[in-house]
Amino acid sequence: MRLTGFFIFAASVALLPVLFPDNYFVTVVGIAAGLHVILAVGLNLLIGYAGQISLGHAAFFGMGAYASAILTTRFDWPGLLAMLVGLLVTGTIAWLLAQPILRLRGHYLAMATLGFGVIVHVILVQATHWTGGPDGLGEIPALSLLGWIVDDDQRWYGVIAAAMLLSIWLSLNLVDSRIGRALRAVRGSEFAAEMMGIDATRAKTQIFVVSALFAAFAGSLFAHQQAFISPDSFSLMISVELVTMVVLGGIASTFGAACGAIALTLLHESLVVFEDYELLIHGALLMAVMIFLPQGLFVGLTQGVRRRWISRIASRQDMKGERNSTVQQ
Amino acid sequence: MTHSSILLAVEALEQSFGGVMALAGVSFQTPENLIYAIIGPNGAGKTTLFNVLCGFYQPTAGHLRFDGQELRGLPSHRIAALGIARTFQNLQLFFNMTVLENVMVGCHLRGRTSLLAAALRLPKVRHEERRLRQWAGEALELCELSSHAERSAGALPYGLMKRVEIARALAAKPRLLLLDEPAAGLNDTETMALRDLLSRIRAAGVTILLVEHHMPLVMSVSDRLLVLDYGSVLAEGAPAEIQANPRVIAAYLGGAVQYAI
Amino acid sequence: MLEQIFQFLVTGVTVGSIYALVGLGFALIYNASDVVNFAQGEFVMLGAMNAIALLAAGLPLPLAAIAAVLLTALVGLLLERLAIEPAKGASVITTIIITIGAAIFLRGVASLLWGKNSLPLPAFSGDEPIQLGGATLLPQSLWVLGGTIVLVALVHAFFNRTLLGKALLACSFNRTAAQLVGINVQVMLRLAYGLSAGLGAIAGILVAPITFSSYEAGIMLGLKGFSAAIVGGIGNPMGAVAGGLLLGMLEALGAGLISSGYKDAIAFIFVLMVLFFEPTGLFGHKAAERV
Repeated sequence: MRLTGFFIFAASVALLPVLFPDNYFVTVVGIAAGLHVILAVGLNLLIGYAGQISLGHAAFFGMGAYASAILTTRFDWPGLLAMLVGLLVTGTIAWLLAQPILRLRGHYLAMATLGFGVIVHVILVQATHWTGGPDGLGEIPALSLLGWIVDDDQRWYGVIAAAMLLSIWLSLNLVDSRIGRALRAVRGSEFAAEMMGIDATRAKTQIFVVSALFAAFAGSLFAHQQAFISPDSFSLMISVELVTMVVLGGIASTFGAACGAIALTLLHESLVVFEDYELLIHGALLMAVMIFLPQGLFVGLTQGVRRRWISRIASRQDMKGERNSTVQQ
Repeated sequence: MTHSSILLAVEALEQSFGGVMALAGVSFQTPENLIYAIIGPNGAGKTTLFNVLCGFYQPTAGHLRFDGQELRGLPSHRIAALGIARTFQNLQLFFNMTVLENVMVGCHLRGRTSLLAAALRLPKVRHEERRLRQWAGEALELCELSSHAERSAGALPYGLMKRVEIARALAAKPRLLLLDEPAAGLNDTETMALRDLLSRIRAAGVTILLVEHHMPLVMSVSDRLLVLDYGSVLAEGAPAEIQANPRVIAAYLGGAVQYAI
Repeated sequence: MLEQIFQFLVTGVTVGSIYALVGLGFALIYNASDVVNFAQGEFVMLGAMNAIALLAAGLPLPLAAIAAVLLTALVGLLLERLAIEPAKGASVITTIIITIGAAIFLRGVASLLWGKNSLPLPAFSGDEPIQLGGATLLPQSLWVLGGTIVLVALVHAFFNRTLLGKALLACSFNRTAAQLVGINVQVMLRLAYGLSAGLGAIAGILVAPITFSSYEAGIMLGLKGFSAAIVGGIGNPMGAVAGGLLLGMLEALGAGLISSGYKDAIAFIFVLMVLFFEPTGLFGHKAAERV
C-alpha cells in the first residue's frame, strides 16, 4: 500500500497527546517539530528530488511569518486571509528569483541562495518601520479558523499536526507522480530528462516555488503560534539548520526529511541541558552522522534492511528470467 | 519501401567547435518505417549528428526537418515532443529510480498531470498513473524486461541497462528512435537479441536511426546506410551497395566491411 | 565628498584585504580537493583567539602570533584527517554539511575555552591614526595591507614556482593521474588544509586589533570570504583576491553612502548580480565548476 507509512505516522501523531497528555515534550516540542517537518519536507522536494541546494530557505519561512504578522497586527486582516496573501507574495518572489538563480550550479547556487537569505534577513532587521527591526513584532493575534480560535498548546498541536500531515501527504503524492519522476530524472541527468520531453527549467522553477510555499505556510503558522517573531528565527543559521534536517534524515525521502526535522528538534531541546556544550555536541554530531551515515539517519538505517529484502527478491526474479529465456531458446 | 514518405531530412548540416568542423555539410533523407544506419570511423561525427538532432548543440549552418518541421533552434524537450526519442552512447539511466520508473519517465510526454493535480492526487491522476504504468509495462514487455521492472536501474548488469534505455525511449511512442551504439559492450547472444528487438520495433511502425560499429548487426538489420567520414558523407545506399563501394572499403582499410560480407 | 569617498575606499581596501585572504583560503582547499570548506571563517577566528589567549598567557606578541598560526594550521590538518578524509567520495552537499558541522564544533570549542565576549588584540604598532591625503588610517590597516600583499605574492609564487604548489594543483585537475605520477594525494590534501588554516589564522590576527574577535567572529568573515572566492570564480586564487577587494570596497562605499545597516545586504546583492550575469564568477573558467 502506497500510503501505509503515512497512516502509521499519522496514527502515532494522533495518539501521542492521548497517551501523554500535558507532556511538555509532546505539546510544546511537538509543535516546534511539526513546523520543522513542514519546512524540511518542502525543502527536501528541492534538494532531494530536484537536486538543487538552497542555503537561504529561512528567507521564505520569514516572508510567510512577517506577511502574517504585519497584515494581522497593522492592518487587522483576518489570519487566514493574511496567510493566503503571504503565500501569494512569497510564491511570486520565489518564482521571480527562480529564473536567474536556478541557472547556477553547485557551489554557485549555494552562494546565491545563501546571499538571498542574508539579504532578506538584513531587510527584516533594518526595515524597522514595517518589521519592528531586531526587537521583532509582537501581539500577533491567535489564528481563527472559521470561528474556532487556536489559542492553547493542545489546539496548536492539533492544527500543526494536521498541517504537517497535509504537507507530508502532498509531498508523497508529488514525488510518486509524473511530476516527481520528472524531477528525479532532472536530478539524475538533465540532458537525458530533456530528451524525454521534460522541460527541466520549468520543472525546477515549479518545485522551487512549491518549496518556498511550504516554508511560507510554516512561517505563517509559526507567527500565530508564537504571537511574537523577530529576525533571529529567520537567520542564516536557521537556513543551514533546515538543510541539515533534510540531509540528516536522508536526502530524497519524505519521511527521511521528517525524521531529520524531528531528530534535530529533539536534539536541540535536549542539548539545552548541556548549555555551554550545545554548539560543540551539535557540530560533532553533524559531522559524525554525515561521515558514518552519509545517506542520512532514516535512509541509512532502513536501507540495510530494505537492501537485503530487495536483493532476495531480485535474485529470485533473475532465476525466473533465466528460466524463461532458456525456454525461448 | 521507396514510396514511403521522408520522415527526417537533413540539409547541408554544419557543426563546428571553435574551428574544428565536426559536421561539414551533411545531407541525407530518412524515409519512414525503416532502419537507417549511420556508420563511420570514430570521430566521423555520428554522435555529434545525434546531439544536433536532439537540440543539444545548435548547428552552425544547415537545416533539420522532421516531418516537414524545422528542428533548428528548438530546445530538446520540444524536439522530443515532436516524436523523437533517443538512447545514449554512455548510459544516461536514472540510477536513482527503478527500471519501471525509468521507463515511466519515458512516458512523460504521454501524460497530462499537472503539479497541483499530482500533489492532490485527484482521481484523474490515479487513472493516468495506471495508464502510464501499463504503457511502460508494454515497452518493458517488448524489450523483454518485465521481470526486472522493480529492480533499481543502477543495480542491473550493463547489457540490461542498455535495453532499459531502449525501453525508456520507446515508452514515449516516438516516430523516430535514435539509437547510439546499442550493441557496444554486448556479447554475441545479447547482440542477436538486439537484432530481433530492432526488427520488432520497426515492425511496430517506429523509424530507427542507428549509429553502430558492429558491422554484422548493421548489415543484417538496416534498410539503408549512411557512411560518414571526417564529418562528410562518404556514401549512402542499401547495405549491398555500401559493401561494394570502393571508397567505403578504402576508408575502412578493407577491414570491417569485408568481414561483414 | 570626494575626500569622503576616498576615506571609504581606504576602509574598503583594508576590509577587502581580509576578505581576499579568507577567499584565498577557500580557493586553496577547493583547488586541491573540490571541497568548499565552510569552516574557513572559523580558522580566521581561531587564529585571532589563539593569539589573544597566548598573549594573555604571557607570550610576547610576535611569538604568540606565530604560535597561533601554527596551532590553527594544526587544527586545519586535523580537520582534514579526522572529518574530510573518512568521508571521501561523499556528495557535494554532504561535504558542505560536514564542514558546516566542523564550523559549529570549532565555534563551540572556542566559546568553551574563551567565553562568549569580544576580546581585543593590541595593535602591532600603536593606535595613532595616520593622515593620508584627507583620509585617516590606522597603522594596523597598513599591517593588514602589507600582510595581504606579501601573502598573496607568496601563494602566487607557491602555485606557479614551486614543485609542491604544482603538485597541489595537479591533485585538483585529476586526482588519479596525480597519484599515478607519484604525488601523494593524501599528504597534499592535508597540506592544503594546513596551509589554508594558517592563511586564515594570519588574516584573523592581522584584523583582530581593528575588529576585536569572538567565538562568532568567523561566521560573517567566512561568508564574505566565500563570496570573494565565488565572485572571483571559485578555484581561481587571484580571482578570489580581486573578488575580496572589490567586495570590501563596494561594502564600504555602500555603508558610507547608502546605509551602514544595509552593508551586508549590499555586498550580497552585488554577489547575486555578478552571478546572474556571470554564472561562474568574474574570472572563473566556464568549465571551472566540477560539481
